[in-house]
Amino acid sequence: MRFTGIISRDLRLALRQRSDAAMIVLFFVLTAALFPFGVGPEANQLAAIAPGVIWVTALLSVLLSLERLFLADYEDGSLELMALSPVPLELTLLAKVLAHWLTTGLPLIVAAPLIAVLFNMPLEALPTLATAMLLGTPTLSLIGAVGAALTLGARRGGILIPLLVLPLYIPTLIFGVSAVDAALGGFPVRPHLLLLMAILLISLVVSPLAGAAALRQANE
Amino acid sequence: MILDRFANPARFLRLANAILPWCVGATTIMLAAGLYLGLFVAPPDYQQGDSVRIMYVHVPAAWMAMFVYTNIAIASAVSLIWRHPLADLAANASAPIGAAFTFLALVTGSLWGKPMWGTWWVWDARLTSVLILFFLYLGHMAITSAFDNPARGAKAAAVLALVGFVNVPIIKFSVDWWNTLHQPASVFRMGGPSIHPDMLWPLLAMGLGYTLFYVVLLLLRIKSELIGARLRALDSLRQDAA
Repeated sequence: MRFTGIISRDLRLALRQRSDAAMIVLFFVLTAALFPFGVGPEANQLAAIAPGVIWVTALLSVLLSLERLFLADYEDGSLELMALSPVPLELTLLAKVLAHWLTTGLPLIVAAPLIAVLFNMPLEALPTLATAMLLGTPTLSLIGAVGAALTLGARRGGILIPLLVLPLYIPTLIFGVSAVDAALGGFPVRPHLLLLMAILLISLVVSPLAGAAALRQANE
Repeated sequence: MILDRFANPARFLRLANAILPWCVGATTIMLAAGLYLGLFVAPPDYQQGDSVRIMYVHVPAAWMAMFVYTNIAIASAVSLIWRHPLADLAANASAPIGAAFTFLALVTGSLWGKPMWGTWWVWDARLTSVLILFFLYLGHMAITSAFDNPARGAKAAAVLALVGFVNVPIIKFSVDWWNTLHQPASVFRMGGPSIHPDMLWPLLAMGLGYTLFYVVLLLLRIKSELIGARLRALDSLRQDAA
């Protein structure tokens, strides 16, 4: 199977189970909608916490989708065939991550402005939010893929993934939020976006290597 | 290769048994000397008074937190590359010890922070990155025991340890890269230590004592793992015979 073949296969699978992707976005919006009840509906306060709420809930939504990333392929044996195919397993993993991002990260970015509006966030920060999420959510998929691959075949794999992945998500969260905060405060956003991009580039190298190693272990 | 010489568990056990008493003795002496020097001989700080003595427990614990994680990462690399049988054992035996050191550093730092900074905790870069290190230790321990096949758990933990190693340089340089409430390095820095010798010597004694203590615990834990493996092997032999 070629790189594009895996992507189009995963996308077709996702399209046939549209409800899965829709559920993730619904979870995203619903969790964010809990915060006004938790901290009170005061408009200024909501605007102040909006970037953090959007990022944290996006992170949790990605987490929710990770367990299924390799599980079906692992259980029906396609993963072993992918490992046997002439395409390097690292590239296969990258294709699966890209498909995962297209079906979870991208819908989250599309839904994020809705939460920003609900939270009274000033609209001039929206382009920064979108750029930051565009740079940050692929990192979440990449790091998450390592966690999902490592826990294949584990007891309680679903609970284990957050424990492994969340600590590694923290840098993305920090710079993702600080980029939007900088845009809201009128400060330069470029440094934060560059740091987000640096994290993305590092995980673009580390994640396929570590994830493919983990998949090989799972296949043994 | 030198590593191969110790791949034999029997040889390792002989060596461990030979050096263990010496390590226990040296640990006792160094920790006693370090605590005495730190708590009674070293001068109080001109600003912090006697609260500065927390440093002699806190700073070596923080060093160990990073040192043990680095060891785990090295052992994991050795295990993944050369399939060295003792490397997995060393990594898995180190993780709880490192987690304990990290917890000690976080707690003592918090106890010092309350009178000095006026708060138990601040979310600055150094504290946050050490907290992440603590979570990485916990994740490492959780994944090690999450599989029915212990070998699979050890390998998965090794991959995780290598990925998590990116955090160690971030901890070390966090005080230089960001404006933090935590003070910058004063011992391991370019241009030599900036701390007065009266405080440096007790600190180094404690650091050496902690390191030896880690070695003692590590050897004991690896020994008990090896003995446990032998017991399990004997048990299955007996069941086969029966």
